[in-house]
Amino acid sequence: MHEMSVALSVVDQVERAARPGGAHGVRRVVVEIGELAGVVPDALAFCFELACAGTLLEGAELATRFLPGRASCAPCGRTWDTGMPPDMLCAVCRGGAGELLSGRELRITEVHWSASPTTPDPTPVPQPEES
Amino acid sequence: MCRTVDLRQAVLAKNTMAAGVLRTELTARGTTVVNLLSSPGSGKTALLERELPLARERGIEVAALTADLATENDATRLARSGAPVKQVLTDGLCHLEADMLAGHLHDWLPDATRLLFVENVGNLVCPASYDLGESLRVVLASVTEGEDKPLKYPTAFGLAQLVIVTKSDLAGPAAFDEAAFRAHVERVNPGVEVVLTSVRTGEGAGVLVDRALAAADGDAVHTPVMARAGA
Repeated sequence: MHEMSVALSVVDQVERAARPGGAHGVRRVVVEIGELAGVVPDALAFCFELACAGTLLEGAELATRFLPGRASCAPCGRTWDTGMPPDMLCAVCRGGAGELLSGRELRITEVHWSASPTTPDPTPVPQPEES
Repeated sequence: MCRTVDLRQAVLAKNTMAAGVLRTELTARGTTVVNLLSSPGSGKTALLERELPLARERGIEVAALTADLATENDATRLARSGAPVKQVLTDGLCHLEADMLAGHLHDWLPDATRLLFVENVGNLVCPASYDLGESLRVVLASVTEGEDKPLKYPTAFGLAQLVIVTKSDLAGPAAFDEAAFRAHVERVNPGVEVVLTSVRTGEGAGVLVDRALAAADGDAVHTPVMARAGA
């Protein structure tokens, strides 16, 4: 189960953003989890609570948003829900999907924290493309 | 005051960045990494026991790093090939991460290494999420594991750049339905190559080295649909 590694990454990244932002305590973190990301939301929630202990995120709520797997066909332009297990073959022309439109996401989208009114918003850190 | 911040950060960004740095560094010195994933017992070590000597006979400098929760058994087996081998004990961790791998390569990996085979922890779930800086990701499944393995572990098979079926000599006794297996792989990862191997009969001998060398030489490697995610 790698959800503990994922939870520790979430806590680490949120702390890095929240401390310079003058946060006193993080109340809520929203994470998007794609259907094909290979992460189990319930397992992540369990690990998140443990990973938050003794950090700025102690007691924070984790909200997860589910994103379905969706693929598009390059030749015919059709788009479809891949389902689970995913079907990456176009039902119309049976060609392989050209692109996965969504479903592999695993990202922190929002963080809510208590802060003093004078502190600036943190600058978003440039991120590489997810592989 | 309560503040809401739009972070938009990929959770695994740190690993992805570390993997990118490692890939760049190793490629610059002429080393190509092959990441091998499978269930425990599929035959990763047995395949490497065959492929490492074949590569050495061809004058190719190879090395292998093998990860397990416990025991140095796999390194002992692979070291018989004469290639540099390192055993990594993960102390219970179910997968390797890029910075862990980089740390283990430091001070160990010979400069002349052309191909580095990384035998990941036997697990088809967690290792799938971690790029190790490889140029070729190989997923193995043995004929005794069932034709529906690609459907049960779609992320692992969906991100494979080469699928190797092992223990093909047992296909008959195991009633392995090759056509069904291939159809299931095609469903989650259209276009990926599926190769049958057996270390007993010699079927597919050298195929891992051949594909690894092709990747090392910059030949086009299969890009899975799942890896073409715009997310």
